[in-house]
Amino acid sequence: MSDSTHAEDVKKHVRIYIAVFGALAALTVVTVAVAYLHLSIVPALIVALFIASIKGSLVAAYFMHLISEKKVIFALLIFTVIFLAVLFVLTISSYHDQIGGHIVP
Amino acid sequence: MDIPYTVTARPDTGVYNAKVGIWLFLASEVMLFGGLFSAYIFLRIGAPAWPGMLGGQLYKTSFDILNVPIGTFNTMVLIASSVTIVMSWASLMMNDFGKYKRYMGLTILCGLAFLVVKAFEYNAKFSHGLFPAEGNFLAIYFTLTGLHGLHVVGGIIVNSYFWGPGSKMWKTDPKRFTNRIEVAGLYWHFVDIVWIFLFPTIYLL
Repeated sequence: MSDSTHAEDVKKHVRIYIAVFGALAALTVVTVAVAYLHLSIVPALIVALFIASIKGSLVAAYFMHLISEKKVIFALLIFTVIFLAVLFVLTISSYHDQIGGHIVP
Repeated sequence: MDIPYTVTARPDTGVYNAKVGIWLFLASEVMLFGGLFSAYIFLRIGAPAWPGMLGGQLYKTSFDILNVPIGTFNTMVLIASSVTIVMSWASLMMNDFGKYKRYMGLTILCGLAFLVVKAFEYNAKFSHGLFPAEGNFLAIYFTLTGLHGLHVVGGIIVNSYFWGPGSKMWKTDPKRFTNRIEVAGLYWHFVDIVWIFLFPTIYLL
């Protein structure tokens, strides 16, 4: 949250915090309910990660105050996302580069 | 010598220094957990069955080996603790130190409850001979949840300091203390977000 936040603004935010808590609890119930349907892996993965992304975004936006944060924090986060994506791509692509795997001449 | 910009925003960044510091730290934490999550994906796509053969028994789904209701309960506990810690910060912003103490106390209790439940879960695995060395599923399960648990322990230690002896700063430098609680909260929310992704990945898929 920006450093110029005042007590009056915070009072308004408290109601939002409670609403976000309700949303997070409801989404947790939905995730578990969908898991009990025992869908095949691809739709199950998409639903689970989609709901987890919404929950994570709610926590980051409201509890971590990203919704009203300064540019420097976003700049830092953009770099983090890029490095994380590179990390994932490098690791997962290395799956196709194992000893005993099919090697194209 | 005073540490600069602990209360007021630094002109070039627009935020106080500790906030940039904690976000940089959290960026490094994203890479730490990101490495382990990518290891999980790597192990999983190469596995003929998941969780697979563990301790001489075949587990077809994670439901067969992990307790989903208990995991769900722990998710709720951690989400509740995220609310209480942001409420503790909001209480300080509204000049209510008594409320701050109550909410921060609740946050610490939620953190401890999470660890106690996790300890019961671990014990249930160990008592059935399910140790990390039994297979890839258990290895990545204990590594990810263990590292997350250590982060919860770290958060409880810091939050307990700010609930107890560290709270004296409220009398001498209230704005700086409020900022410290915001920073402690940012860390705690990050630990919550990690669990939000960890729970479905390990328990439900």
